[in-house]
Amino acid sequence: MSAEPTLLAPAVATLPPPRTLPARLLRNPVVALGTGFLLLMALIGAFAPFLGTLDPTAINPATRNRPPGFERTLRAEDGSTTTFRHRMGTDSLGRDVYSRVLYGARVSLVIAVAVATIALAVGLLLGLVAGYIRPLDGPIMRLMDGLMAIPGILLAIAVVSLFRAGLPAVIAAIVVPEIPRVVRLVRSIVLSVREEPYVEAAVMAGTRLPQLMARHILPNTIAPLIVQGTFIAASAILVEAVLSFLGIGIPPEIPSWGNIMAEGRNLFRVYPHNILYPGIFLGLTVLAVNMLGDGLRDTLDPKMTGR
Amino acid sequence: MLGYVLRRLAASIPVLAIVAVLVFLMLRLTPGDPAAVIAGDNASSEQIAQVRHQLGLDQPLLVQFLIWIGNLLQGNFGESFFFKKSIGDLILGRVEPTLSLAAATMLIAVCVAIPLGVVAAYRHGSWLDRIVMGASVLGFSVPVFVIGYGMIYVFAITLGWFPVQGYQPLSAGFGGYLHRLVLPALTLSVVYIALIARMTRASVLEVLNEDYIRTARAKGQVERKILFRHALKNAAVPIVTVVGIGIALLIGGVVVTESVFAIPGLGRLTVDAVLARDYPTIQALILLFSGVYVLINLLIDLTYSLFDPRIRH
Amino acid sequence: MAFRRSVLGLVAATAALLAPECAPAQTLKAVMHSDVKIVDPIWTTAYIVRNHGYMIYDTLFALDGNGEVKPQMVDTYTVSPDNLTYTFTLRDGLKWHDGKPVTAEDCVASIKRWAARDSLGQKLMTFVEGMTADDAQRFTVKLKSPTGLLLFGLAKPSSNVPFMMPKRVAETDPNQQISDFTGSGPFVMKADEWKPGDKIVYTKFKDYKPRSEPASGLAGGKVVKVDRVEWLAISDQQQAVNALLAGEIDLIEQPAYDLIPLLKGDAGVKLVDYNPLGLQYAMRPNHLIKPFDNPKVRQALTYALNQTDFLQAVVGDPDYYKACKALFVCGSPMATDKGMDGLLESNFAKSKQLLKEAGYDGTPIVLLHSTDLPTLTNLGPVAKQLLEKGGFKVDMQSSDWQTVVSRRVRKDPADKGGWNLMNTSWVSADILNPVMSSFVNMSCEKAPFGWPCDAEMEKLRDDFAREVDPAKQKAIAEAVQTRWREVVPYIPLGQFYIPIAARKTVTGILTAAAPVFWNVEKKK
Repeated sequence: MSAEPTLLAPAVATLPPPRTLPARLLRNPVVALGTGFLLLMALIGAFAPFLGTLDPTAINPATRNRPPGFERTLRAEDGSTTTFRHRMGTDSLGRDVYSRVLYGARVSLVIAVAVATIALAVGLLLGLVAGYIRPLDGPIMRLMDGLMAIPGILLAIAVVSLFRAGLPAVIAAIVVPEIPRVVRLVRSIVLSVREEPYVEAAVMAGTRLPQLMARHILPNTIAPLIVQGTFIAASAILVEAVLSFLGIGIPPEIPSWGNIMAEGRNLFRVYPHNILYPGIFLGLTVLAVNMLGDGLRDTLDPKMTGR
Repeated sequence: MLGYVLRRLAASIPVLAIVAVLVFLMLRLTPGDPAAVIAGDNASSEQIAQVRHQLGLDQPLLVQFLIWIGNLLQGNFGESFFFKKSIGDLILGRVEPTLSLAAATMLIAVCVAIPLGVVAAYRHGSWLDRIVMGASVLGFSVPVFVIGYGMIYVFAITLGWFPVQGYQPLSAGFGGYLHRLVLPALTLSVVYIALIARMTRASVLEVLNEDYIRTARAKGQVERKILFRHALKNAAVPIVTVVGIGIALLIGGVVVTESVFAIPGLGRLTVDAVLARDYPTIQALILLFSGVYVLINLLIDLTYSLFDPRIRH
Repeated sequence: MAFRRSVLGLVAATAALLAPECAPAQTLKAVMHSDVKIVDPIWTTAYIVRNHGYMIYDTLFALDGNGEVKPQMVDTYTVSPDNLTYTFTLRDGLKWHDGKPVTAEDCVASIKRWAARDSLGQKLMTFVEGMTADDAQRFTVKLKSPTGLLLFGLAKPSSNVPFMMPKRVAETDPNQQISDFTGSGPFVMKADEWKPGDKIVYTKFKDYKPRSEPASGLAGGKVVKVDRVEWLAISDQQQAVNALLAGEIDLIEQPAYDLIPLLKGDAGVKLVDYNPLGLQYAMRPNHLIKPFDNPKVRQALTYALNQTDFLQAVVGDPDYYKACKALFVCGSPMATDKGMDGLLESNFAKSKQLLKEAGYDGTPIVLLHSTDLPTLTNLGPVAKQLLEKGGFKVDMQSSDWQTVVSRRVRKDPADKGGWNLMNTSWVSADILNPVMSSFVNMSCEKAPFGWPCDAEMEKLRDDFAREVDPAKQKAIAEAVQTRWREVVPYIPLGQFYIPIAARKTVTGILTAAAPVFWNVEKKK
């Protein structure tokens, strides 16, 4: 165990004991509902191949833009035929919208999780460095100020056009504008924590930097970061949709809710199913993530409640 | 006060310099070639090389950067690769629609959201509060273009109250100007209504628990007076902050809204410029937006002392 | 919520009070397929700039509704018995928009600038010994050897069109864009109202003297029947249709196919098929790099693909497409089926066999796919699926069209920013014969992107340029198509038609290779 157990105590006190934390969180109905819905979406995405779907990229120009419920005869390699029902209709290339929406859950959730994780990790690292290593504070924070001053969506557009269009490019594009806010948050926490008497005492007791970070500083950043992360995840799903709308999102071979909607948006009045179904999934998921974020904040970080 | 403003303005110069370098580097590293786009559909390689030379794109990066910065310091944004017009004029011609859209959006948002937030806080925990909070989460959860199409379908196509698209300059008559502005502004305001209503509710709620409010109540002051004179005034700092951040973030929403409603503003200019790889125009626009962002932040900080005399600069 | 409802109510009340906006009846508002950003139709081949050219400039000759060359600015012309000297006399009373008279000198300078840029013009110049202005209204062209290209070239209907400009403008370096928009066409461009990305405005040119013949195709009297034409930029396809249905605009040049049911179902709107030859989809392989440097691999493309899948996926409604293997477009004088049997029928076995013979090693083909132009977007996935069935491995790389345009001119290997395959479309009027069609230009480095190289094809094209007898021209076109089968410079993916959608109050839209606005009337 630790060499200075008494000094560790205040840091631990900011987080409830781990064993009861999940239970406490789930007792909050908003958190439970949000978590439940997101789990359901994750399962749908993971098991998409077994939920009666077709290849989401298989095109069939002969049966394009068919309404939900349209039935088509599929011919297997051995010549046998089956009837397939397009539950959500087909899109302008005859692809099955139901399959695309289910597979799209994977991509949209991956984007949400990846963006939140990367933004938090990079932001945490830079924030810790800026907050703790004085000579680097100035340069890092000026760079962050610069990034923050560029409107996020423009920054994303520019980043996307840097790379070949694809999942990594879109994730990078959504991550970059999110980083400065995380860095600022972490840095401000670091700055306030370092002034705490128990941290100063630890420093004087000769605790080495990695230990100091791990024991005293990191634990204080976890709760606000988790809360911040959920909001980043929610906005990532929306920004992906906007990038697709502007024609610079993920290419349509990789279905995401955003690009299914973007592709279908011109047909909104004629074939609303192209935008309706992915829209419902997207809206509900973002809603669930936001609810989860609100609930987590109420439970983990009562000071920030309501913001 | 003046010293503070000057110091803040001076501090924003390095920020803008960083933006300038970032944007310049980012654009030059992109794979697109403006020369090929400009030269047209079946231009030969020689023709493209010639265009590249004319645009100065065959020079070393550092030289290109120095030329650009040099011109910038003389107040010259340069000439657009495509429109063959000075970028200053190009931007100036697009300011009115975007400014109008932004102002109308924030006006609607503030007028709707602050009363909603105050009422929700006052009736904390009631069904009204829950509806306001629920609707506001929903407000952030729908992409702005979906809201736009929905509004168009209901108010322009089905009911026929508003035009489907377009913008009319103020100089062509206030009626037509307003008529065409309402729908896009409503569309864009949804997310800000959600944001500001939540912030207002939270701040007012915090203030309502303070001692002086209890004192005022105990003294028998009218509720409305308590709510609007004491509570709202004291909750103003965070609300102003969120409104300010909202204005700064508006440009993202403006890009999409202007595309949906075919409004010839800065947002569409930006998208067009990016898709056409019109480097000087993109650089100028991003610098401009960054400058606006920095200024708004300064204004927010200054208004703090207006609402809260304890904050002095 | 109560607040919001009352705000909406208030807004609705305001809206009801405001009278619907009331533009002068003689303003025609159109949404074209693209925004006008560049205004030099000689410098760029972009179709929107060609359309702009037809508004403000005039041509010496023009193709009429039957595809025949008719004089336009030219009043009369004479040809010497040896077919080597042409003398042209301009019509009386032609004026530039600044009021000055149109002179023969202006025309000679304009032809020179056009011929410096246009591929047909460049070919034509190899036949021309000299051009001189004899007096204010007459000029002479002397040829080295007889050719049918001179009159046809001066009547070239699509990009680049030899538009006539004042001498001071035409003397601009052909590689620089012009900045003076003075023409002698039926409309005047309002330079002060031009806002790129928003709109471009034209007004009727009061001093324009139309020919006395009725308008036919791009020839005949260009009588302007509206006071003002505005081209508005509405980038959102559905919004353009919504605006047309609501009567906010009068015309859409290229409505999205999938929205046509909406237009067909509305009593106030009609669809006009103005361009009977339509357009052609084309797939272009890059001949410089592996594997399409091998003709066998290119031949495999012609077996693996079929046109109907592409046309169904992009156009959908069979009223608006036609599977047509003729390189020089079904419905034109040079149309032929020769050499096409067995091709473009998705014979995957044959395709695989050819790939095996060619030793194709399974390196993925880089297929450039543009995602922002509705008429091209769906081509990519269809190509990918068909080629994979035909034994190719395909790496489809998606981006916006402008990126495709920048990338397709790069000669690098496919994995270093280059490319193997791309899809595009041509207006049929651009590819009516072997000399015009840039994709059968196989002059190696001088050929457009894709850079195909074949001396025999080039010889056939030269023969065609020299030939003046239509029957012999047709025979050469057949020979070109037979040669095409061996060397496959490109693959035609079918013909399609884009109707103009207009309010029923708009009448007089001409059948022509380009959308033109003279003769168009707007009733109250």
